[in-house]
Amino acid sequence: MIEIDDITKVYSGTAVVDRVSLTIEPHTICVIVGTSGSGKTTLMRMINKLVEPTSGHIRIDGEDIAGIQAYELRRRIGYAIQGHGLFPHRTVGQNIATVPKLLGWDKAKIANRVDELLTLFQLDPAEFRDRLPHELSGGQQQRVGVARALAASPNILLMDEPYGALDPVIRAKAQEDLLSIQRRFGTTIVLVTHDMEEAIHLGDRIAVMDKGKLLQFARPAEIIANPATPFVAELIGTSERPFRLLSLARVADHIEPGVVDGEAINDTASLRDAYAELLWSGRPALPVRHEGQIVGQVTLAQLSRLAARPQ
Amino acid sequence: MTVGNLIRGVVLLTLVLLLVRPDLFGGFFGLFTKNNQPAIYNQGNLLDITYEHLKLVLLATLASTLIAVGLAIIVTRPFGAEFLPLSRSIANVGQTFPPVAVLALAVPMLGFGWQPTLLALFLYGLLPIFENTLTGLTNLPPAVTDAAKGMGMTGWQRLIKVELPLALPVILAGIRLSVVISLATATIGSTVAARTLGEVIIAGLLSSNTAFVLQGGLIVGVLAVLIYDALSALERWLMARTGQLGRAAA
Repeated sequence: MIEIDDITKVYSGTAVVDRVSLTIEPHTICVIVGTSGSGKTTLMRMINKLVEPTSGHIRIDGEDIAGIQAYELRRRIGYAIQGHGLFPHRTVGQNIATVPKLLGWDKAKIANRVDELLTLFQLDPAEFRDRLPHELSGGQQQRVGVARALAASPNILLMDEPYGALDPVIRAKAQEDLLSIQRRFGTTIVLVTHDMEEAIHLGDRIAVMDKGKLLQFARPAEIIANPATPFVAELIGTSERPFRLLSLARVADHIEPGVVDGEAINDTASLRDAYAELLWSGRPALPVRHEGQIVGQVTLAQLSRLAARPQ
Repeated sequence: MTVGNLIRGVVLLTLVLLLVRPDLFGGFFGLFTKNNQPAIYNQGNLLDITYEHLKLVLLATLASTLIAVGLAIIVTRPFGAEFLPLSRSIANVGQTFPPVAVLALAVPMLGFGWQPTLLALFLYGLLPIFENTLTGLTNLPPAVTDAAKGMGMTGWQRLIKVELPLALPVILAGIRLSVVISLATATIGSTVAARTLGEVIIAGLLSSNTAFVLQGGLIVGVLAVLIYDALSALERWLMARTGQLGRAAA
């Protein structure tokens, strides 16, 4: 659990982060979203002491981080950034081994961990371990960056616009990978982005920041349905609201009995995908497939109802 | 083998031959003598003199590198930042002071011989290395230094494992400049009795023997070009290895 308690950071007279308090529950993804200059990155960087707060406290599992040596704290917290920040003169394997080596793990354990992580990120260890970062594609570099951040199995992972430099296709894949890794290890993730779409897709909770202030901290559905200020509403985009709401739920949770003909949709798809498919194919209902079996249908009428503003 | 490497090989071979068997070049240098002057330097072994010359340059450059890199490291740490202007001016003074003046001032203290020359070369070599090390250490890719810090490396670990290796090609460029300047400057050391290739040139000037002047000058020039070339290649290799090609290099 990360407790941010009345934290303020002042740079030359201006409060970049202004009396922000929020509590991030363990094993959840908290996305901090805002425009550039909103203080979102500064807020995140105070969690691993890359920025010292002017006032206020941050506690991790009840322990005030002010009392922990900065470098020791950082070795316990994963850190992945935009543009990956891989060490260009060290191989992929050496990059991933950075924190375990700082922690003094023995060689065999480090080598095992490196191979395990490469495999987890769908990079063949034999092929990639000894390559240099500049020999990889952007998506591969990004994966190595996250693998490096996770190397010492930290409980907390901080990510600063990790997908900012990726093209949309690779970004979607990277986001799915992150979600599955988070589910598998239960890592508490704090992710900073300017992209509300990404925030809604990844976040268990979203913190919206503007001009150093925390405007709203709530679940995505709550933020979409009841934006706290006009600025939050603007970030969501009023015309996007129904679709964003639909994107939060899976087909699996809204299957209705009944049989219809035509191309089926997987129950793992989001309602938004189902809605798009319904509109595009001009059908009033789609059959739903679960592990190859047709298990029911999803209807346009029901989706329209679900897309309406929650009462 | 590329044309470039072929030329390098031929030049190197010619230089080695000139140093080991200067008599082979008697005919060529004879063209520049008059009144039966000797064509090949006859007051010492060219190979020995070249060796002494290189030794002096190497020692001076080593000393400059140690001090300049050390200074640059100190002034780029948080605790040393306030010394940045001071150390900049020290290095600049070292550069503006003409080596001849250093020699003249150093002789009364250090006596005749190689010592005043070493001092002059050392002072003269400081600035390029210092400036380049500063550039190298302060122009690192921000994401990389941020990651190093965020991973939990201490200041010392960041310096040794990340900052210096990444700055190395730029530092090397400074050393290259310093070496080439020193190679040429060392010749004037012979005016205060240092054993350098300047001795050959000065002997030629004193006896109006163009062949001697040419020999001394050519050896120094070719050495400078070859060393410059080799260090440039090393820099390019280092940059390519770390995917930094095109990032810096003065």
